[in-house]
Amino acid sequence: MIHSLFLVNSSGDIFLEKHWKSVVSRSVCDYFFEAQERASEPENVPPVIPTPHHYLISVLRHRIYFVAVIQSEVPPLFVIEFLHRVVDTFQDYFGVCTEAAIKDNVVVVYELLEEMLDNGFPLATESNILKELIKPPTILRTVVNTITGSTNVGEQLPTGQLSVVPWRRTGVKYTNNEAYFDVVEEIDAIIDKSGSTITAEIQGVIDACVKLSGMPDLTLSFMNPRLLDDVSFHPCVRFKRWEAERILSFIPPDGNFRLLSYHVSSQNLVAIPVYVKHNITFREGSSQGRFELTLGPKQTMGKAVESVLVSSQLPRGVLNVNLNPSQGTYTFDPVTKLLSWDVGKINPQKLPSLKGSMSLQAGASKPDENPTINIQFKIQQMAISGLKVNRLDMYGEKYKPFKGIKYMTKAGKVPEGRRDEAALP
Amino acid sequence: MQRLLQLPASAVNMVKTAQGQEEAKSPVLTPDGSQATWYSAVRPDELRHLRAGGEVEDAGASAEEGANTGGQAQPLRHDDLKEMLDSNKDSLKLEAMKRIVAMMARGKNASDLFPAVVKNVACKNIEVKKLVYVYLVRYAEEQQDLALLSISTFQRGLKDPNQLIRASALRVLSSIRVTIIIPIMMLAIKDAASDMSPYVRKTAAHAIPKLYSLDPEQKEPLIEVIEKLLADKTTLVAGSVVMAFEGVCPERIDLIHKNYRKLCNLLIDVEEWGQVVIINMLTRYARTQFLNPNANEVLLEEGEEKEFYGSDEEEGKEEKVEKKKPYVMDPDHRLLLRNTKPLLQSRNAAVVMAVAQLYFHLAPKAEVGVTAKALVRLLRSHSEVQFVVLQNVATMSIKRKGMFETYLKSFYIRSTDPTQIKVLKLEVLTNLATETSISIILREFQTYIKSMDKDFVAATIQAIGRCATNIGEVRDTCLNGLVQLLSNRDELVVAESVVVIKKLLQMQPEQHSDIIKHMAKLIENIQVPMARASILWLIGEYCEHVPKIAPDVLRKMAKSFTSEEDIVKLQILNLAAKLYLTNSKQTKLLTQYVLNLAKYDQNYDIRDRARFIRQLIVPTDKGGALSKYAKKLFLALKPAPILESPFKDRDHFQLGSLSHLLNVKAGGYQELPDWPETAPDPSVRNVEVMDKRKEKKKVEKPFYSDSEDESRLTESADSDSNTGSGSESSSATEESDSGSKSEDSGGESESEQQEKPNRKNGLELLKLFWHSRVLFVCILPCSAQTISPTFSSLKTYELLHRLTGEGLAVGYCFGRQPFVRDPHMVTVQIQFTNHMDTEARNLRVREPRLQSGMRIKEFPEIEVLPPGETVTTVMGIDFCDSTQAANFQLCTHTRKFCVSIQPPVGELMAPVFMLENEFKKEQGQLMGMNEIKETLVLGEACQSDYAIVQRVTAAANVGQVPCGSDQEFAGKTMTSNSLVLVTVITKRDRTAQLTVNCEKMVIGTMLVKDILHALSQ
Repeated sequence: MIHSLFLVNSSGDIFLEKHWKSVVSRSVCDYFFEAQERASEPENVPPVIPTPHHYLISVLRHRIYFVAVIQSEVPPLFVIEFLHRVVDTFQDYFGVCTEAAIKDNVVVVYELLEEMLDNGFPLATESNILKELIKPPTILRTVVNTITGSTNVGEQLPTGQLSVVPWRRTGVKYTNNEAYFDVVEEIDAIIDKSGSTITAEIQGVIDACVKLSGMPDLTLSFMNPRLLDDVSFHPCVRFKRWEAERILSFIPPDGNFRLLSYHVSSQNLVAIPVYVKHNITFREGSSQGRFELTLGPKQTMGKAVESVLVSSQLPRGVLNVNLNPSQGTYTFDPVTKLLSWDVGKINPQKLPSLKGSMSLQAGASKPDENPTINIQFKIQQMAISGLKVNRLDMYGEKYKPFKGIKYMTKAGKVPEGRRDEAALP
Repeated sequence: MQRLLQLPASAVNMVKTAQGQEEAKSPVLTPDGSQATWYSAVRPDELRHLRAGGEVEDAGASAEEGANTGGQAQPLRHDDLKEMLDSNKDSLKLEAMKRIVAMMARGKNASDLFPAVVKNVACKNIEVKKLVYVYLVRYAEEQQDLALLSISTFQRGLKDPNQLIRASALRVLSSIRVTIIIPIMMLAIKDAASDMSPYVRKTAAHAIPKLYSLDPEQKEPLIEVIEKLLADKTTLVAGSVVMAFEGVCPERIDLIHKNYRKLCNLLIDVEEWGQVVIINMLTRYARTQFLNPNANEVLLEEGEEKEFYGSDEEEGKEEKVEKKKPYVMDPDHRLLLRNTKPLLQSRNAAVVMAVAQLYFHLAPKAEVGVTAKALVRLLRSHSEVQFVVLQNVATMSIKRKGMFETYLKSFYIRSTDPTQIKVLKLEVLTNLATETSISIILREFQTYIKSMDKDFVAATIQAIGRCATNIGEVRDTCLNGLVQLLSNRDELVVAESVVVIKKLLQMQPEQHSDIIKHMAKLIENIQVPMARASILWLIGEYCEHVPKIAPDVLRKMAKSFTSEEDIVKLQILNLAAKLYLTNSKQTKLLTQYVLNLAKYDQNYDIRDRARFIRQLIVPTDKGGALSKYAKKLFLALKPAPILESPFKDRDHFQLGSLSHLLNVKAGGYQELPDWPETAPDPSVRNVEVMDKRKEKKKVEKPFYSDSEDESRLTESADSDSNTGSGSESSSATEESDSGSKSEDSGGESESEQQEKPNRKNGLELLKLFWHSRVLFVCILPCSAQTISPTFSSLKTYELLHRLTGEGLAVGYCFGRQPFVRDPHMVTVQIQFTNHMDTEARNLRVREPRLQSGMRIKEFPEIEVLPPGETVTTVMGIDFCDSTQAANFQLCTHTRKFCVSIQPPVGELMAPVFMLENEFKKEQGQLMGMNEIKETLVLGEACQSDYAIVQRVTAAANVGQVPCGSDQEFAGKTMTSNSLVLVTVITKRDRTAQLTVNCEKMVIGTMLVKDILHALSQ
C-alpha cells in the first residue's frame, strides 16, 4: 500500500524520508514540486498526483506536505486518512507538528512510523498503543534516560493490541480521577445582504480528557439527543446502544480523545448569535467610498460574545482605507486588500462599530462586487444548538471520579459570508 | 573455527566490489542476478554457519570489522560511529544508532556502516535492537550477503516464548528483501500462521504480500496459508489476511465463500483499516454472487422513458414488469448491507467512503440514500478528504440524483474553499440541478460570478451552460444572463461566456439572431483567442441570420489575419469558406485574399486547411467533383454539443478507488464485475454447523458483541429480509455465544442448543434461526470482570430488595427465550446478588402457592453464593395465559422470604415466525369480537418506524413479520398457543392505528393497553 513517505517543508526541501518497501528515489517528488508550482495557492496542490510509475498522495498540515508514494490501487482516502492520523500522532507526541519538532525528535518519529505501518499497511494507529510501545519524549524522561541508560521503548506487547478494547491500556492508575468533556460547537452560515440566512449549520464535537484508573465504563446521556442529526463516534462508543437508547456508552481511551462529532442540521432553525449592519458604498466617478460596519449580539442567552474578529476582502480598486473603530484595532493590507478588525468582546450596551472612508484608485470605475465579510467569535459556556449533557455515570470501578463539562460556541472556518444579494438575470 | 571466520570476511569483500559498481546506478536496487547465483552456490555452507549461533557471529563481525578498516580508507567520517557501535556500553551504541537513523531520515547513505550495525542485532537493549531492525530493513536489500548474518538471530526470535519478540522477528525477517532466504521466510510464515498468539498470526498475514512481491513463484503455497488464515476467527487477523488476499490472489473469490458470513459478522469489531479492505473486497464478492437488486427498476425506468414519448405503450410496460419474477434479496446480501450500515458512523473517512461505495454498488436504489448524510459529514473534514469525497459524490449524483437533493445547501461554496474544492462543488451542484431547484442554484451561481477567483468564475459560467442544456425551462433565462455577462469588465468572464453561449445557441439559433449580432460587435474588444474563434464560428455557421454583418466581420478579420492565434485563423478560414458559399458576390475577393494569406502561414495545419478549402469551394477545370457538394459539406446541420459532466459513466470504476479518482485504471485495480444473470449457488457459503461449534469454543469473543446482540432483534426487524438470514453460520455464531453465556445461567439452554441444529430441515431451520435471533435479545453480558450492567436490555423487576432480603438482593426479568424443559413455560431469569458479609447458602424455591393450572419449574439449588458475588439462574413458570402472580418462597440456609412474580401481559407470549400472507390470512380469521382497534398519538420519541418496532417488541414478546407493508407483529400465547397479531399503521399527523387480533379477548385488551402506553410515551 504505502510505499514511502516524504516530508516536504514550505520551501520545498525534503527533510525526512521513510521507506517501507524497497527504496523509492526522492526524485519522484519532482512531480510533486511541478504540481506545486502550477498551483496558485499551497492548498490547491491536487491531493493525488499520478506519475509514470507511482502515485503521490499528499496532505498539507502545519505548512508541511506529507507526501506518500503509492505503487498500485488503494483507496485514496485510506492514505489521506492515515497521513492525517500520522500528523495527529506527531502532534500528540511533540505538542506541535512543525519541521523543527520533527527534526528534533527524528528518532522517535522513525520509531513511530515503523510501528504505524508494516509493509505499507497500518499496524498500530491508536495513540494509547503507540504510547505503550514508544514513550513520548519529556524533558524528565530524556534526563533520566541519559543517566540510567534506560530506553523509551516498551518491552512488552501493548496489552491493548490484543485486547478487545485496543484503544485503552491496562493498569492505568491516577490519584485524582477526573473526566472532562468539552462540548465545542462551530456555527457555519452564509447570510445574504438583506440579513436572511442562506445556509446555516452547526457542527459540534465532544472532546474528552479522561484520566480514570482501571477499566471504567462510562455512560453519557443528553437532555435532548434528538438534536443530533448525524454523528460519528470514536470506535469505543457502543453503536447499538446509541441506536437503541441514544446514550453514549463506552470504555474510554486514556487521555485526550474525540468522543463524538455531530451535526445539527439547518432544519432546526439555527439562531446566529451576532448580527452585522453594514453600509459600503462607492460613488461613480469619485475616488472615495464610504465604509460603515456595526456589530451586535443576538440571542446569546446572556453570554458574552468574545474574541470577535471581522475580516473582509475589499475590492481590488481600493487603495487604502481610513477607518475609525469604536473599539479594538484594525489592519488593512494594501497588497492583498484584506481588512481585518480585531474587535474583542462585544458590549451589548455600546455596540462596536467601524466607520470611515476608502480611497479608490483614481480613474478606476466603481467596483461591482460587494465584499464578503467574515466574522469569527467565541461564546463560552453555551452550546448554540442547545445541546445539554444530562448525566455521566461510571460503572466498573469503585472510586468517585471528578466530572466536568464545558460548553463553547465558535464561528466555523467561514462563519458568515455576508454578500451581495444576487439579482436574477 | 578458522573456516567460520573466513566466510564473512570474504563476503565483505564481495560487497565492497558490488557496492562500487552499484554506486553509479539508481538508488533503487534490484536484486542483482549474478550475485544471487554466486550465493546459491555456497548457500548450504553459508546457512550452516548462520545457524551456528550468536557467538560465532560476533566473532565474525569483529573479524570483518578488522578487514574493513584495513582494506578500505574511504569512510573515515563514520569511524567514530563505528567505535561507538563496537563499544560495550549500550548508551554509546544507542547514541550511534540514533545518529545513523537521523542520517537515514535525511536521505543520507549510511550503507557503509552495515557491518558495524548488523552485529548489534542481538543486542540486549531493546531500543538499540529496534533501531538496528529499522536500519536492516532499509539496507539489507543493498547488502544481501551481510544481511544473512542477522538471520539466525531472527530464527531464534521466532521460537521465543514472548509473542512480541516472535512477531517482531517475523516482521523483520519478512521485510529483509533478500531472495536467498525465501525458503526460510516461507517456513517462518507457515509456522506463524498456526501460532497461538493472534498477534503473531496477524504478523504472518502481513508477511505474505512481502514474500509474494519478492518471489511471485511462491504464490501457490502462500494461497494455502491465506486460506488457513482466512478461516481465523479473531478480529485482529481478519483485516490483515484480507489485505494479503487482495495482494496475492484477488481472483480466488472461491476462498471467500466459507468465510463470507464470518467476515460480515466480525466486521464491526475489526480495526478501521481492516474494515476498509474487507468492505472493498466484499463489494467485489457480492457483485459476483448476488443478483442486481435494481434489476426491476432498470426495467421500470426504461418504461418511464417510453411513457415520456408516448403513453400508448403503458400496458406493454406493465406486462413486462409483471412477467419478471419478483426479486428476493439473498439473505447473505442483506447481511452484508445490514452489518456495514453502522460503520457509516465511523470517525474514519475511509471507512465511511468504503461503506458508501458498497451501498452505491450493491444496495437497492431506495436504500442508497442512507449514505448521503455521512458523506456530507465528511465535507467538513480536511480539504484533501473533501476533494476525494466530492469526486465520488459527483459520480454518485449523476446516477442517483435524489440521494443528495436534501443536502443541496451543503454544497454551497464558501469563499475560503480552495479552488479545486470549489470547482468540484460546482460540479455537484450542476448535477443536482432539477426544475425545482434550478432557480436557487442559479441565484447561487450569480454570486459566484462575482468572485475574485477567476478560474472559479470560468467554471461557474460553464456550469450555467450545462444547467441550461440539461433543463430546458431555464435555457432562455440562462442565455439572457450570459449575454449580460458579455458586458462584464473582466475579459475572462466575457470570453468564457462567449464560448458557452456559442454552445447554447447551437441548440436554437433561429430565435437568437440579435444575440449573434451582439456578439459580432464584441469581436473588436475580445482578445481571448478561444472566444474570438467561437464568435467567428457562430457568425459563419449562422451567416444567413446576419447577412449584413458577416461580410463586414470577415473584412475586419482579413485585416488582422496575420496577427491572430492559430485557432482564430482556422475559424477565419471557415468563415470565409462559408460566406463564399452563401454570398460569393460580396466576399469572393476577401476569401481569395484570406486563402492567400493562409497559404504562406507558418503553421502547416493552416496551410493545409487553406489548400483543402480552396480545392473544395473554388471551381476549377479539373476535379470539381466535390465542389458541388461543398455547400452540403460546410453548411450541414450540425448536432448541438451535449454538455456532459466529466463524471458521467465514471461509476464503472469502483467508487472510492484510486482508479475512479484519476479516471484511469491504476495498477492492481480489480474490475468490479457485472451482476450475474442468475445467482450462483448460495449454499457454497454454508458452513457445517457441528464443526463450527467445536472450533468456536476456543474463539475469543468479539468485544461488544454481546451488547450488540441486545439490539440485534430490533436491528433485524428493521431490515426486511430477516426471514432468510437463516444461515447456519450466523446462527452458529450466536449459538456458541449463548453457549458460553449459559454457563453462568445454569447451563440449561446449552443442551437444547446442541440438539437444535440437528434437525435442520427447511422452514424449521428458518424458524429456529429466527427464534435464536429473538433469543439473543436476552442474553446477559456474561463477563463478570467487565462491567456491562446485567439485564441492561430487559426490564428488570425486583423480587427481593436488599434491605428486606437482609443483604440478599434478588431481581428477575423475563428472558424471552423458550424455556428448555417445557415449551409452555415462560422463562424467568433470576439474579441473586449477595450484599452480606457472609456467604449465602442453599438458595432454592419452596412451597409454591399457585393458582390452579399454573406450574413452576424451580431453578437448581444454588449451593453457595460468596459475599459480593452475583449469580444468575433460570426458572420456568407456566402462567396459564393469565397475569396472576406466581407466589413462592425463596429460601436460604437460614431464612425464608415470600415472593411473587407477576408477568406483564406482553411476556405471556412467544414470537411466531410468519410471512405476510399468512399473517393476513390469520388476521382475517380473527375479526369481530377478537379484534381490538385503537387510534393513538405517537409519542415524541417514536416517530420512526424503527422506534415503533422497538417499542412494540419491548412491550410484548412478539416478532415482526418480515417484509410487511405495515408494522406487523405476530406471537402466540405460551400455554394455549393462541395467536396474537399486532398491527401498527402510522399516519401522517403523528397518529397511528393499533390493531390487536387475539382469540383471548382479555389478553388482547390488556396488550392493547400496554402497547398504547409504550407508543404514546
